[in-house]
Amino acid sequence: MTQLALVIDLNVCVGCHACVTSCKEWNTSGSAGFMSDDRPYGENPTGTFFNRVQSFEVGEFPNTEVVHFPKSCLHCEDPPCVPVCPTGASYKRPEDGIVLVDYDKCIGCKYCTWACPYGVREIDEHQKVMKKCTLCVDRIYDESLPESERKPACVLACPTSARIFGDVHDPNSEASVAIDEAGGYTLMPEWGTKPANHYLPRHRARIRIHEDELVRADNPLKKETERPQGPVEGQTLDDVTSW
Amino acid sequence: MHPAFSVIFLTTLIGVGQGLFIALYSAQAYSAIGVLPKPALVFMTTGSVFSVAFLVGGLVASIFHLGRPERAWRSAAMWRTSWLSREVIVLPMAIAAVAAYGVIHYQGWDLTLIGITPPFPGALSLLVGTLTTVVIFALFVCTGMIYACIRFLQEWASPLTVINYMLIGTGSGFTFAAALSTQYEPALTLFFAGWALALTLFALITRSASLIRNQRIKYRSTIQSAIGVRHTRIRQESQGFLGGSFNTREFFHGAHPWIFRFIKWLFIVLGFIMPALLLGYGISSDAPKLFIFAFFVQYVGLIAERWFFFAQANHPQNLYYQLVS
Repeated sequence: MTQLALVIDLNVCVGCHACVTSCKEWNTSGSAGFMSDDRPYGENPTGTFFNRVQSFEVGEFPNTEVVHFPKSCLHCEDPPCVPVCPTGASYKRPEDGIVLVDYDKCIGCKYCTWACPYGVREIDEHQKVMKKCTLCVDRIYDESLPESERKPACVLACPTSARIFGDVHDPNSEASVAIDEAGGYTLMPEWGTKPANHYLPRHRARIRIHEDELVRADNPLKKETERPQGPVEGQTLDDVTSW
Repeated sequence: MHPAFSVIFLTTLIGVGQGLFIALYSAQAYSAIGVLPKPALVFMTTGSVFSVAFLVGGLVASIFHLGRPERAWRSAAMWRTSWLSREVIVLPMAIAAVAAYGVIHYQGWDLTLIGITPPFPGALSLLVGTLTTVVIFALFVCTGMIYACIRFLQEWASPLTVINYMLIGTGSGFTFAAALSTQYEPALTLFFAGWALALTLFALITRSASLIRNQRIKYRSTIQSAIGVRHTRIRQESQGFLGGSFNTREFFHGAHPWIFRFIKWLFIVLGFIMPALLLGYGISSDAPKLFIFAFFVQYVGLIAERWFFFAQANHPQNLYYQLVS
């Protein structure tokens, strides 16, 4: 079984919103019609997005770090939004695990958004149907595109390659390897939704320096003219000779 | 959650309609075993018309909740998994069943119609009424389960949600029946008023139980599990956009905390305590006009109750939308 998903590396995401804009650009131009974008330059702008980048401050000054957190549909393996849909407009594709909305069947009752703990479904205020990330389903299978471009728009746009696209059920895919090696995790595991999208945690860049490493104990390549001397008391042969 | 008036009117109106039918049917059932006098035909017919009117009113209100009402017929498709779909099927069934019940009374039809000698007069309407009662209770379960089945809306995910819908609906329906019977069937007024009082007090107990339960809820989702960072102090810096979005409009009630608390006490007083006092006083001092007043007070209170029911539910997605920037 295939389960396509995104793996988002929080370690390298810089919060530039390039994934947000490229997602909107691609998906507002597709055959499914535009995505609402009201008063984009006016007061109180609003619109429909499949993808949002949020920022969180972790810790207390001065020991803080900012985590930029892109959030889109997680394409859960057990999606709670699908069974509640009264019309069957929300469905999970058995062949690749993408959760989709049939815009021609959706009645806009918003019940699926109540049933999604992640808040990744947004109603389109003009088309009055529920919209959500499609993993660029109209792009990833498009054989008229070069193979390197058969990826979601957000993945292609990311300048730091923070987004990895792949089959998380294939243990050898780039996505699965990244989850495995970097300790990828899922959001709100307490609800048992088994999100397919994973996040790779932040790593603190830290080197561990022991005190004796600050004092050169020997000088094997004779790089420095003056040989470092340890305390005379307790010198060993290594301290005074070089080999 | 943001309380939508379409859903507030849907749930309160069908609650009255369902309760009113239960009241009519129980009066008929009581009279069939000789405990009560036989209800007047005009009362049963008028009552059924009102019950249908309440149910249809709720159905019409629900249409305003939909973005694409012209496709509403599609929502009967997924009854295997969706409580909403089940409600969409059961609500028209209930309307049809109550209408049939009313027509049988109005026409005076009985089992002789299909060539069977009835064991007692009114056997057909009693039979149809029994089946209708099953449908009416199925509708209560569907309506309640729409909310109770969403497990991460922890304020709703409790059997109390279904019980409250049942008791509040039947309570308000009996109050309406008491008010209606003052015009058409004064002999049954005390019967309806007595049950209305009992059901309203029962509903007050179960609704209070859910209020107490909701006050003690420990939310399973936290900002830590929402973004997967384990730190005791995490603060949102930006939700990713400056204006509003569907997420900020649909899931926050937006009312001042003071108004929120006020509406809680408002619904307790208007929805339960005041109608109970009016019903009790009306029964004890034989002032049936009070029952009409009790119904209007109770209905206003139940609108507040439903508003609070939605506003109180705290959706875990709100963890992601705490700060514009």
